[in-house]
Amino acid sequence: MMFEKMKKSQAWRRFKKNKRARFAVIFLSIEIIACFILPLFLESLNPNKSDPVLITWSAPSVQHLLGTDKIGRDLLARLLYGGRVSLTVGLISPMISLAIGIPLGLIAGYYRGIPEAIIMRIADVFMSFPSMILILILVAVIGPSMTTLILVIGVMGWTGIAKLIYGNVLSIRQKEYIESSKCIGRNTAEILFKEILPNSMGPVWVTLSFRVGGAILQESGLSFLGVGVQAPQASWGNLINAAQDLPTLMLRPWAWVPAGVLIVLTTLSFNFLGEGVRDALDPKMKL
Amino acid sequence: MAKYMVKRLLTIIPIFFGITAIIFILLNLAPGSALDVLASGEGNMDPEQLQQLKISLGLDKPIIVRYFIWLGDILHGDFGRSYFNNQDVMLAVKLRIGPSLLLTGTGVIMAILISLPLGLMAAYKPYSIWDKISNFFALAGAVLPGFFLSLGLIYIFAIQLKLLPTMGMHTGTKTDLIDLIHHMILPASVICFGSMGGMIKQTRGACLEVFNEEYMKTARSKGISEAAVVIKHGFRNALIPVLTTVLMQIPHIIGGSTITEQIFAWPGMGSAMINAINNRDYPMVMCVATILCATVLATNILLDIVYSIADPRITYD
Repeated sequence: MMFEKMKKSQAWRRFKKNKRARFAVIFLSIEIIACFILPLFLESLNPNKSDPVLITWSAPSVQHLLGTDKIGRDLLARLLYGGRVSLTVGLISPMISLAIGIPLGLIAGYYRGIPEAIIMRIADVFMSFPSMILILILVAVIGPSMTTLILVIGVMGWTGIAKLIYGNVLSIRQKEYIESSKCIGRNTAEILFKEILPNSMGPVWVTLSFRVGGAILQESGLSFLGVGVQAPQASWGNLINAAQDLPTLMLRPWAWVPAGVLIVLTTLSFNFLGEGVRDALDPKMKL
Repeated sequence: MAKYMVKRLLTIIPIFFGITAIIFILLNLAPGSALDVLASGEGNMDPEQLQQLKISLGLDKPIIVRYFIWLGDILHGDFGRSYFNNQDVMLAVKLRIGPSLLLTGTGVIMAILISLPLGLMAAYKPYSIWDKISNFFALAGAVLPGFFLSLGLIYIFAIQLKLLPTMGMHTGTKTDLIDLIHHMILPASVICFGSMGGMIKQTRGACLEVFNEEYMKTARSKGISEAAVVIKHGFRNALIPVLTTVLMQIPHIIGGSTITEQIFAWPGMGSAMINAINNRDYPMVMCVATILCATVLATNILLDIVYSIADPRITYD
């Protein structure tokens, strides 16, 4: 117990020393406050209200720091509300991947044999199928919306998690303490969830942060294509979509560049965060 | 080996049927049926005409029966006709595969040519400038979305510098190679950039692992030249994970790059897929999905074969 605590405080110290991780924590905190809390207090930040005077594509001004869009909606407000969408999709969809990937990985690794063959074959096929095409088909079937994106991105992500868990379970199930658990008569569920699972989750926690970044990228790509978050709801992807119109691309960089920069900085932060956690937990771990 | 391959082929057949059946059923469950699409083009139809149309398309039969009819047709190479423009779907797709192969293939080959040497050098000299460059590209590939990069490149190279075109494969009726290459530079660079990150990471990781092996020391102490040690003893042994990453790109090459093709109006499979989905042109969607599915499964088999050639220690029985 003492040793466990010491290890934890050491990891925490290593994490705090990591400059990139510090940047990530600060940036993400500011972003979360700006996207989720700030609009609650500033009534001027309304993403769906058209300005009666500055109707179409007004340039940045005091009233509208990032100008207005085609129908006079405040672009800063849309940027912040788009951030809500991206962060929500990014944070929730990996949880769905976990919920599917963990049990399947456990089953495949612990029982081996036929379940292993079936689960791992399906995972192989899933992994080599261009995920964009499958996502497009699923979106066409369910209908595009934020909920669909969360579901689809989450479901498509199960393979990586299942493979990680599976690999870990394979090595853990050979360990003596599993053998001894069996000998003292613990049932399979207890062994699986109390012994094997906690010991195979380490690398999964680390990939989780990278996955949040990946999900944000996928969401923005789909919204950019027009099969993701639908107007009037704002998202970073559909804000950038406006730049497919040549005049906007050329003359109004303030309308699409900020959304792109935020996508990059947010995914960068989640990557830094993942690296920070990885290096803090186990500097030698490769992922 | 032969026995294993037969077994492998046999397991692949049910997977193929499984995937195509799932996609087929999903598409038929989708709201806005083919009937609506066709009927809307014909103005107002009375219920009797609608019923006739239904029967002529075979849509009155249960879904499972329809799947097997479809399956029988594709075994004859007949993927049906487009709901959208009544073209032979297979013919339309054939026209699209070439451009996708060309564009994504070029992008991926560029990525391989840059990533493998860079990853190798980064692993050979950690903390060197090579390591820093490869770290940069690996990270940039993971955080910079392709569509944002595309728009940035279009802004700089097409609008500001007026150097490169941004739409399609050819200017007007020109068909010469130079014009084609001009059109390919921007989209191929985006695809190259997108594939590079993972390849660099994979190569670097695999090489690092091998470079620490004892047999590298042995090879050096035998007095072989350093290049031979690194390439023959090092890189060759790191090849398997690298090959996996490279070969896994094959379905991607055939399926095209959806977003990049869409932005640059490239007439490939990716943009065909998006158009088909937007038009609810399900025979087209099914055709693209089936070809991809077959490619994916073939790639998986190919990986097995390549493994056993690249690493004689791997035997299948």
